[in-house]
Parts: sequence; structure tokens; C-alpha cells
Amino acid sequence: MDEALITTMTVNGARVTRSVPARQHLVDFLREELGLTGSHIGCEQGVCGACTIRVNGEIVRGCLMLAVQANGCRVETIEGLSDSKELEKLQAAFHRRNALQCGFCTPGMLMAAQDLIRTGRKASREEIRAQISGNYCRCTGYQAIVDAIEEVING
Amino acid sequence: MGKAELPLHAPGTQVDKGYIGESVPRPNAQRLLQGRGAFTDDLRFPRLAHVAFFRSPYAHAKIKKLELKNALRSPGVIGIFDGRAVAEYCKPWVGVLAHLKGIKSPPQHAVAIERACWQGEACAAVVAESRTQAEDAVQLIEAEWEELPVVVDMEASLRGDVVIHEELKDNVCFKREHDTGGVDEAFAGADVVVEDTFHFGRHTGVCPEGRAILADYNAAEHSLTVYHATQAPHMMQDIFSRHLGIPEANVRVIARDLGGSYGIKVHVYADEMATAALSVMLRRPVKFVADRLESFVSDIHAREHRAKVRLAVSKEGQILAFDLDDLTAIGPYSVYPRTSGIEGNQVVNLTGGPYRHQKYKARMHVVFTNKNLCCQYRAVGHPIAVALTEGIVDLAAQKLGMDPAEFRRKNLIPDDAYPYTFPSGIKFEKLSHHKALDLLLKIMDYQKLREEQEALRARSVFRGIGLAAMIEVTNPSPAFYGVGGARISAQDGATLRLEPTGMVTVMCGVTEQGQGTEGIFAQIAASAVGVSIEKVKVITGDTGVTPYGGGTWASRGAGIGGEAVLLAGRALRSNMLDVAACILKVEKAELDIENNQIINKLTREPKLPLEELGRIAYFRPDTLPVDFQSELTVTRHYTPRQYGFTFTNGIQASLAEVDPDTGFVRLLKHWCVEDAGTVINPMLVDEQIRGGVVQGIGAALYEECLYGPDGQLLNGNMADYLVPMSGEMPDIVCAHIETPTLQSQLGAKGVGEAGTAGAPGAVMNAVNDALAPLGARVTRMPFTPERILQALKKV
Amino acid sequence: MKAPSFAYAKPRSLAEAFDLLERPGAKILAGGQSLIPSLNLRLSSPELLVDITGIKGLSKIEPANGMVRIGALCTHAELERSTELKQHLPLIPEAAAHIAHPAIRNRGTLGGSLALADPAAELPACALALDAVLVLAARKGERRVSAADFFKGLFETDLRRGEVLVGAEFPKADKSAFLELTRRQGDYAIVGLAGVARSSERRLAFFGVGSTPVLIKAGSLEEARASLPMPAADLYHSPSTKLHLARVLLERAWTRL
Repeated sequence: MDEALITTMTVNGARVTRSVPARQHLVDFLREELGLTGSHIGCEQGVCGACTIRVNGEIVRGCLMLAVQANGCRVETIEGLSDSKELEKLQAAFHRRNALQCGFCTPGMLMAAQDLIRTGRKASREEIRAQISGNYCRCTGYQAIVDAIEEVING
Repeated sequence: MGKAELPLHAPGTQVDKGYIGESVPRPNAQRLLQGRGAFTDDLRFPRLAHVAFFRSPYAHAKIKKLELKNALRSPGVIGIFDGRAVAEYCKPWVGVLAHLKGIKSPPQHAVAIERACWQGEACAAVVAESRTQAEDAVQLIEAEWEELPVVVDMEASLRGDVVIHEELKDNVCFKREHDTGGVDEAFAGADVVVEDTFHFGRHTGVCPEGRAILADYNAAEHSLTVYHATQAPHMMQDIFSRHLGIPEANVRVIARDLGGSYGIKVHVYADEMATAALSVMLRRPVKFVADRLESFVSDIHAREHRAKVRLAVSKEGQILAFDLDDLTAIGPYSVYPRTSGIEGNQVVNLTGGPYRHQKYKARMHVVFTNKNLCCQYRAVGHPIAVALTEGIVDLAAQKLGMDPAEFRRKNLIPDDAYPYTFPSGIKFEKLSHHKALDLLLKIMDYQKLREEQEALRARSVFRGIGLAAMIEVTNPSPAFYGVGGARISAQDGATLRLEPTGMVTVMCGVTEQGQGTEGIFAQIAASAVGVSIEKVKVITGDTGVTPYGGGTWASRGAGIGGEAVLLAGRALRSNMLDVAACILKVEKAELDIENNQIINKLTREPKLPLEELGRIAYFRPDTLPVDFQSELTVTRHYTPRQYGFTFTNGIQASLAEVDPDTGFVRLLKHWCVEDAGTVINPMLVDEQIRGGVVQGIGAALYEECLYGPDGQLLNGNMADYLVPMSGEMPDIVCAHIETPTLQSQLGAKGVGEAGTAGAPGAVMNAVNDALAPLGARVTRMPFTPERILQALKKV
Repeated sequence: MKAPSFAYAKPRSLAEAFDLLERPGAKILAGGQSLIPSLNLRLSSPELLVDITGIKGLSKIEPANGMVRIGALCTHAELERSTELKQHLPLIPEAAAHIAHPAIRNRGTLGGSLALADPAAELPACALALDAVLVLAARKGERRVSAADFFKGLFETDLRRGEVLVGAEFPKADKSAFLELTRRQGDYAIVGLAGVARSSERRLAFFGVGSTPVLIKAGSLEEARASLPMPAADLYHSPSTKLHLARVLLERAWTRL
């Protein structure tokens, strides 16, 4: 029988308490338990970045964190950052430049990009490419994504 | 970059470009940006069960016994089923087609029954309340195996020391020979003969979203609804119907959002068929999503070739003849229903494609091995054919001391030579090789790059420029599959419906995986009808809703689906004008539709808003003449008929720098000039090309499925199998030429695969151009640092 | 790929941790960036995960006399950003920047990296090059082990049952250099080199060459070249390729030391 622990976290501003199996990773918890299916599972190895979310203000791989480890934490997903409009400018730039095709990598990509944009620093294309170097995209070839992020960063 | 002019076929026809040629952002991208898409794994159903598969750890072994008792006791298990149990609900299939003469393959079952023939083949299915519980139970299955000899190497397979399927007598799935005649004479009389052998590493699609299927059988109705991450819902509808014994119209296949496909998701997979069969058997919805480890051993692989090519050339640099011997290794079965013979067949068809020689001889064998199954993956065959062609062409140019661009210029089919039949039998309607070459050299500033290269060589910095000219198969007619007996539709249909409020709903049999199908259909429909684009809603990927169609493959969406949308749009426009004429009591010829209004054609004055036309037509037809019936839902179909395939042309260039100490390749820049006929949305076309180029770069430098001598996949995970990531990719410059096809009013050819077709050859040529002063040459993809260091004789 | 079943506990103190670690099948969880993938891949099946990230006081960065003490729970991101480390021990932030990607660095820890001892990882090689001392705490007290003695074999360290790696002390260097060759940004190194110069001594720790990082101490480049052992092959590179690449890195690093 799976050991479960009572776990409380804030997800997109809402307090959530659930009995969570110890072995369930955070993205599975968000998707299965809370129906927040915007964070995607691409490898469960931490390599592809499709599961990138924010915990306590920092981006993390949701598949490499146990949900029980998020006890007492503040979790933000793509849905939350969309509704709060934090990603509005970046999403608009992505849309205008078609920096997404199938959309599977997109939530993780936006999270990773926003992490750089939030610093307020200017960044070169090489630095932008380095920031998203852990987010696998198979559709776009990355260039439009770099263009969109560059547009938002450099104004 | 030219804007599109829709071809005029009737004199005096109004050309209404509308949104055609505009880089309109895709309406359906908004939900994806917010994580509010609906991928198959996102869907929730009552009593949903999950399946995980017990997969063979051996590449070739008899299944002596499956001991399920411990697994059956595992928490959450609903049932565990072996191949025989699943076979009672699902008929096996054979991946052969009549027009590939002599192709052979044994029947394949949804779950292996007596024998596993590749590491990763499903040998039992565990259905449980959750995927986690299913995986727990899989670990508790005990199996007794009798290992059988394993065939891994393609040359050994061809020799037939060990025959995988004894009843087939050898390991040859398919072979083809082609000979125009006169080839030996051409080689004998040639001033220069060059020869090389190219190896292409087996690789795979690595779709961000794993393969996913959710099958929902309704026992009361004997009906099956399948939410399937597939590119071809109608094809799957037919297959589920025939193999599960459910009447065709009782099967509905719905493709919601797909997380990448690139051809990987257009095939029939045994584990997906098993999932559907289990839903029927258990009378409840069952879901299967391939996790990443499973994907590597079960998603189709492709492109494992050994190609030996010879070129006969005159001393003036004229290509006289091509001679090709291609050997390709697939898995133990030919994949259904498109067969695993097509990729090799395409290599024979396409080798030498851009050039105007007349003599060509080819021999090609497709052989079975005990590695994962292989089938069509984006650009099918083209990457091989283009790379070996462009590689041997560069070698000839080098031998003659000619600039590679000039050598190509001497040999590309002239722009005024069309229509043209190529020595392999394929027919070109109209291509623009020379125009493309000129444009490429201009946008890359070829001369300047050559001068820079020269200067840097003097400082021991080794840069290379690689060119790759190409032709590409698009908009296929039934010649591709239909003529062979496959129930794969080359025609397509679109229904356009005017809604009462003046919106237009478009339903089309072509599907969306992110390339922008729905976006361009909205552009075409809006242009054809006369509404603004935000008034258009597009629905694809539902066999219960759209006209019967083929889905997405072989770059057919824009050219074939788009034409159906255009034809239906024009017909709807005409029908709307009929209604307007009745309402306004004027002659139809006086009216037109523009910007959501019925207008006077001459004065352009708005006369009636479309929402008013809709209100009257749908809610107040009593106010219209008694013998008039408005028809505001229109369906049109389209099949390309004149040409078996509508060929496009393009040319790519890669600028690379090789570090001779480490063997590392740095890609500095990439260019692609592409002629895909009418460009509906330049931004989407550019992005398709870029994505395709990066996939091709993956093949050239990074990606290979590595197998051990016992048929074990050694690098089947995301850390060890190297896919291109952003840090190493160059910027890619795209330019378009538009030579519309006259087979349709839209004039659009296909473009989705062009990037992938040409990039490996361009990168290879760039690497070899960089290595040339060092006396090194590489011909085995992917070009890892080790292979480059070996060529440099440093290791 | 779903992890097998296990129990989970999060001690609030080292004492509590020591108790939990006595249980059968107990394994330490910190950042989880290596452990959790192996669980998802079903490569390991511990019975109890002891999450030590709740224990206070283990993530300090403390420069002292000629060395810097770094707590085991410092994340790679903290190492990368630390102005103190950039000032006193620049090899560490330079190496940390090469570890995987930002999202991984926000969770992965120094202690986790040292305790796992992946032969292609950056920080164990840095510890070896700097001649660090690792501090291992147990119920009966602390044990101090030099990096050279700590890394014993493939994923094998001197960490004993019931011990928790709580920090490491890194003596400062006069000069340092960090180089690694990867196919893609953030990959595990094909071959890498953490080099340290202290007075006339050059300490070069190669990683990605064998089952542990390999230390070469040399006074001259020729001596260093001659001391390079033949590396083991990996999936993509033969021993001779690895040796060649190690020599290239050696030459590039030497000039900076």
C-alpha cells in the first residue's frame, strides 16, 4: 500500500491540502489531483524541461520534486502565471512570432524564459539560448523563441 | 519575398488574395500559450483504466511462459492479458502493399504471442486503476524465455546467416532495381568517376508528447470512440473498424492537441491497437501513454542506410550518370499500413533529383533486423537521397577543382525545361532550381563567405560552406499508397458553414500538430468567403465531424486541404450571394462580400451585414421567395490528379566551423531557399523550415539509436540520446520563391518536410569543406567528435 | 516511468536524521535531481527517503583562514551566484554554472553531488583539485575525510551508513581553471578538468575519464601529459578519443594556471 502524507501547499494562490502518496512527483500531483494539466510530462528524467514550474519563486523540474516535498511551499504553474498576467507580454511576443507550434514544450519554455526576463538584465542571443538550453523543442528550431524572448528583454 | 497571386484559370476572374500571403498569428496558439490545450493525456473519463506493457528484454526470444499470479495480486490491477487474449479482440495485420512488388512481411499481433522479435516488443498488457499501479504489476510478471539468434547488422541480415522469419526464407522485406540503360557505358566513357559510401545512423522522432491513446468502447452501442494522438484519424477509424470488428461508422477517432508528430504518429502501433482492444474487452475507457523509455524502444525508428554511390562526370563538369546501391535495415516487421519499404523506395526515386543527367541505375534492399520497427519519419528517404547526392556532387566538384556552386549550376535542370521526367520515372511540373541557387548565393553573400574562409584558413581556423540542392515530394495523389491497396485517402474535403451571426465554421479532414493547419485554413476561408479572420473557427481531427480525408502526411495539408477549403469557400460565397440577392431583391452579379458585409460590387457600398443575412436565412426563411432554399453549408473535395506527386525544389547552405583539436563542429549559420508554390503564411512556412532544419542537424551531428551486438538499445533515454537543444543551433535564414502549381486554384505545394530533407546534406558538405585542407572527409552520420577526429587521424 | 513505492520522512534535526537512517532501506534525499530520476527510471528502490532539506544550518558559505567552508545543502544556483565564492574560491561558481540547467541548479546541492560521485560530474573534481576535506556527521560525532580518500569507485564513496555529509572545506587556490567538453550545454562532460595552482604545485582533476575523478599533480606540462591514464570509453567515445580530448583540455588549462 502506498504511504501517503497530508500535504499542504499554495498552488496559484489557492491553499490546497491533500493526502499525497510519497512517491508521486509534483507534476503528476498537479495534473492528476488538481487537474492543472498545463504542465507537461516529457521524460520524467529532468532533461526535457516540459514540466518546468515555479516553487517558492524559483523554476524547478516538477518531475524531479516529490509532491510531499512541496509541503508548505508556494507553487505556480502556467495557468496561474497566465491568469495573473505575469506572462502576458511574453505570451503575446510568442504568439506574434509563432514561437510555438505543437505547444507541448511551451509552458516550460515560458517559465524558463520568464526566469531570465524577471531579472531585468539585458541579455544577448547567446545568453537567451543558454537560459533555455534545458528546454527541448522539436517543432520550432528555437530561433523564433529566441526572437520572442529577445524582443521582450531588450524592448 | 513575393506575395502570392492566386493563379487565374478563367479570364476575368477576380483575384481575391485576402489573407493569402499574410503572416497571421495562429488563433489556436492562444490556448497552448496558457497551458490550456487538450492533449490526450489531459483528458479525464469516468472509470478510466490505464495500461502498461510488459516488454521483451530480449531482441529475439520465444516466450515460453508468462507467470502472472504475483502481478495479478498487485494493488489496483484490473486484469493482465497475454497476446492470445488480446488476439481474440484484435486481428493481426501485415504491412505490405501491392505496388511495392515482392514486398513481404509476416503478420504482426497487437501483443506478441509466441515470440518477441525486438527488445521492447509488448508481450503482455497490464490494466490497472492507475499507470503507477500498472507499472508496479509489470515488475511482478515472471517470464521464461528461450533466446534466439539475433540479427543486428544489416550486411549480415542481407547475407541471411540467420533468417528471422523462417517462412519467408530470407531477411529481405523489399528490394528494387532500376536501370535506364546506358549506365555502364556512361561510366566507361567518363573522364572522371567518383565514388563514396555514406552511412546514415538509425534515429527517431522523439516527439515531446509520448504516443497517447484513450479508447472508449460503449458496449450498449457496440461503438468505439478513440481519442488518439494520430495524424490520420480517418485511416485509424478504418483500421480500428476492420481489426476490432466494429462497423466503420460506429468508430469515431478524435485527435485533439498533439505534442509533435513528424510522421511518428501516423503509423499503426501494436500497443495502441492493444489498448483499443482492451477497451472493447473490458467495456470501459482505457488509456495508454508511452513514457520516454518506452518511446525509444517502440516509436518507429528510421533512416538506417548504407549507400554506395558512383558518379560519372565529364571533364567539363557535366554529370553523365548516377549509380546507387542502397541497403537499409528495418525492424522485424514492415509497419502497417504504409509499409517499411517506402523509405528505401524514395531513396531510389529521389537520388540525383535536381540534376539533368539521363542515365541512372539503382539497387536497393530493405532487410529485417531484430531492432525496433522502422517506418516513415519526416522527409522519408529525402535526407538520405539528398545527402548522398549532394555529397558525391561535392566530391566530383572537388576532384575537378570546380567551385561547388558552379558545378551545381552546370548540372541543375534548367528552369525552362518543364514539364520534365526524371530518370527514376518521377515527373516534375515546374521547378526553379536556378532561380533558387541565385537567390541562395545572394542572401548568404557566398563570395564574401568564401573570401572569409580563405583568410581564416591562413590562421588555422577551419570553416566550411556546404550546399544541398533538393527536390521534395508533396501533395501526393493515390499513387503513394492508394494504388497499392491501402485505405489511405489522398483526397480531402472541407465543409464551410455560415453561422447565424455571420461567423464561418470550417471543418476539414487534414489535421493539426502545430504546423498551423487550422491557421492557414482560417486565412483561406476568410479570403474565399469575404469575412474577417476572427470570424472563422476551424475544426479538424474528428471523424465524426469533418469530411472524409487523409490527415497530415507527405506535406499535403496546405496544398490539398487548403484547396478543398478554398473551393468550399468560393462555393459558400456564391450561395451567400444567392441569399443576399433574394433579400436585397437585386441581381447576384451586382453583389460581393467584403469584410463581413454584403456590398455593391461596383460602388463597394455595404448593403447588408452578414449577421443579418444569417438571421434571415436561418430564422426568417418565410420572408424569402417560396421556391428558394438557402444552402449555407457547403462541402468540397479535392484530389491532385495530374501529377502523382507535386514536387517542390529548394536549396540549403550551412556554414560550419570545425575545431581540429576536439573534432567539435560549431554551426554558425544556415540558409534555406524554398519554392513551395503559393505561400499562404510566410511566418508559418519559415517556422516549418527552421524546425525541419534543426531536425536534420540532429541527424547530421547528434542523433543515433545505438544498438549492442545482442540487439539491446544502449542509449534509449533523454540523457544519452542527443537531441538538438537551443544552445548549439544556428540562426536559420529563409527565403521563398513561388512557382504555383496549376493543378489547383490555390497553387500551394507542400513545405513541411523541406528543412529536414536538405539539412543533413548541407551540414555534411560544410563539415567536409572545413576538413578538406586537412585531408579529411567524413561520410558516417552523425558526425560525432570521435568520427571527425578519426578522419583527421588524431585518434 | 513511475517511481516504486517508498516511505518518506523529513527530520528537523541531524539527530532525528540519524535515527531515521538506521531503518532498513533508508536513503538520503536532498535536492533529488539525481535520486528522483533514478527512482522514476526504477533503477533504485529504497524503502524510506530521509529528506534532509529541513535541517537548518547546512547551507552556509563561510570563508575562513585560507579556506571556505560550504554547507552541503547549498544549491548549485547558490554556489553559482555567491559573491563570496567568486571572490575567495572562483573555481566553484565557475564549475557550478556548467551543471545541467537553471531549473536543476535551483534544487541540486553540493552535498548531493559529492555524495553521488558521478564520474562525469563537476563538483567532485573541484573538491579533488582543491584538496577539499569533506565533513561527515554521525550520531557518534564528525568524521573528516579528504576528497582523495572519499571518492573510491564508480558511484562509490567513503560515506558510511548512518552518516550525513554536512559540508566541505575547500582550501583557497592562487589560480584556477575549469574546462569541460560537452556536446550540448548542460550535458554531463565527455571530459572535463578542474585545475588549481597553489605556489608551484599544479593540481589537475580530470572528470569523465574513469570511475572517479582522476588527480594529476605535476610541475610541468610534459609531466602532466605523461601522467594521464588511459580513460574508459563511454557510449560515444573510445578510450583513445577521451585521452586525446583530455590532452587538449590539459594544454588549454595549463596556460591559465
